[in-house]
Amino acid sequence: MSLAITTNLTPQQNWLERLGAGHIILAVALVLYPLVASDFFLTQIGGYSLIFGMLGLSLMLLAGYGGMVSLAQITVAGISAYAIAILGNNNSNILGFGWPWWLAVPFAVLAAALASALIGWISVRTEGIYTIMITLAIATATYYFAQQNYAIFNGHSGYAGIRAPAFWGIGWRDARPFYYLCLGLAVLSYAAVLYGSRSTFGMTLQAIRDNPRRMRALGYHVTAHKVFAWLLAGVIAGLAGVLLVWFNGRVSPGTIGVDAAIDVLIIAVIGGLRHPIGPFLGAVVVVLMQTFAIDIVGAERFNTLIGMVFLVIVFVSPDGILGLWGRIKPHLAQESLRPGQ
Amino acid sequence: MLDQPSSSSLSGGGTTRGQAWGLVGLLAAAVMAWLVFAVWPDWLNAILISKKAFVSAILNGITLAGLYFLVASGFTLIFGLMRNVNLAHGSLYLLGAYIGYEVTNRTGYWLLGVAAGFAVLAIVGVVMQVFVFRRLEGDDLRQTLVSIGISIVAADLMLAVWAGGTYQITTPEWLDGALTLPIITAVRSNGVSVFLTYPLYRVVVLAAAIIIGVGLWLMLHKTRVGMMIRAGVDDRAMLQASGVNVHAVFAIVFAVGAGLAGFAGVVGGSALSVAPGEDVRYLLASLVVVIVGGMGSITGAAIGALLIGLAEQIGLVYFPTYGIVLTFVIMVVTLAVRPQGIMGKAR
Repeated sequence: MSLAITTNLTPQQNWLERLGAGHIILAVALVLYPLVASDFFLTQIGGYSLIFGMLGLSLMLLAGYGGMVSLAQITVAGISAYAIAILGNNNSNILGFGWPWWLAVPFAVLAAALASALIGWISVRTEGIYTIMITLAIATATYYFAQQNYAIFNGHSGYAGIRAPAFWGIGWRDARPFYYLCLGLAVLSYAAVLYGSRSTFGMTLQAIRDNPRRMRALGYHVTAHKVFAWLLAGVIAGLAGVLLVWFNGRVSPGTIGVDAAIDVLIIAVIGGLRHPIGPFLGAVVVVLMQTFAIDIVGAERFNTLIGMVFLVIVFVSPDGILGLWGRIKPHLAQESLRPGQ
Repeated sequence: MLDQPSSSSLSGGGTTRGQAWGLVGLLAAAVMAWLVFAVWPDWLNAILISKKAFVSAILNGITLAGLYFLVASGFTLIFGLMRNVNLAHGSLYLLGAYIGYEVTNRTGYWLLGVAAGFAVLAIVGVVMQVFVFRRLEGDDLRQTLVSIGISIVAADLMLAVWAGGTYQITTPEWLDGALTLPIITAVRSNGVSVFLTYPLYRVVVLAAAIIIGVGLWLMLHKTRVGMMIRAGVDDRAMLQASGVNVHAVFAIVFAVGAGLAGFAGVVGGSALSVAPGEDVRYLLASLVVVIVGGMGSITGAAIGALLIGLAEQIGLVYFPTYGIVLTFVIMVVTLAVRPQGIMGKAR
């Protein structure tokens, strides 16, 4: 039997049909969102969700298509964030080469992608659970490294005073432009992942995930494919890192701490790892919770709440919200379609 | 013509290679012994700061390795049998430390605190095994995710109870004080030798780690329960089929593993301090130790702990801002040469 192909595309569909009604409605809603949202909802909820959605997406690309669960995505984003602080301008009086944004950003993303490929190259030597452990070890060690190191990372305080650039007559720091910047890059990443998953490379990667031995026997270079997937995931995480440092205006070891690393995993798992939209869903849920749970459970205990929600979702539906939806959908549609009847 | 010598060197190659490595090891041990016991010439002091700094770093590394071993041995034990990565292991360490602090503080008996740290965490471990991990048997990813969830909730609840402050567990008087070691650090101008003194407590921690390590090894290799555990590592289904109550074995292993984490928490909290964030530190140590040493191996955990402990302390003294890079290097080199870890079995 040939490999299972997860898409149900027929070549006759035109691009509008291929895109699907859901995507179009979602796109229109997202583009029009600034009309109804306040500045707070635009950046703190909208922009932040999109940034963390991108980080989750880079994890989804690795975990969903490659079967490699990484806890080092925030580390990769942090490398690009630190690169922006070091190559561009900051007010911490250390390093800061003052490169213009159009030079600093590609270098930051490149550095992130290379770092990601390196982490991948280290971790693909082992499989499954070991990947989680090794990436967690790398993420934690990088956090301690950033905290201890004063020559490059400026130690505990990190870098502050990083400003998003203004070009084409637009100040990208402002709420609305920043939201559209995040949206644009998120949509680009999302489309790229969706397209990539159906490309030859994506198919090969999924086949490697399902049966690495067979693929190796067929003559595919399994390690190279996996490391390339890490490189691609690194590009997305690197872009998210650039947005993150512009969003915060600063970067410190806390940005790439273990909490943040786990946040990315939570986001991707809560949303669902089976489809690229999952991490964005998860990001919206988690960011909303982080923002408003304080009103419900009091000032400090929202981590308990988030942990509990995470636990319940892992117990109830391993595929997150998307998995829940997949289970509820047949019940809504038709009684006779219920599984197990 | 070419075949003959190559085949003969192939058969003899194993022993000569082994002998070569033995020789290298012996040489390294001799150099080490000389570094520790000889009186250093000035040029060496100039390179390595001072003999006192060097020997202290080595001793600190070894004693820290004892602590890391205690934490990581529980971690590797639980993983070895149940294929269960319990990423809440650092939380077990921290909870043990807090419990040890409370008990020691209220009763005034440090040993009671140590016992409580072990006992309470052993119970917590059994509860976790029975109510959480037993339901997720065989599902690695969900076990990992659930244990991460537990660690988040645990960290937050501990923060709620003990706030963000730093605690120090007070050790009893008979453990305070310093040992004078037969190691000369310097010779004064009047010819009097200065001997190195070292905190007694840290030596006791190391001794405890060695005793527990040997005990674990004996338990695993010489007792009936140990036999079951090792059998379970290799073939769980067969163990179950031969009439062993696998669930009971799992519960015992989890109790020992979690208890060790709690024990290490009290012992470590007395030597260093107890504060939020320590859970992550010891989780990292456990991860790196078992990645380097090899999953499920007690000997591997000992080797890994020694490497990481020494690397951390030597890094701290000689290149403070780049110290952690040593840990990276050790991990990467190990994975490059032996992906399954130094003592790990090839899968």
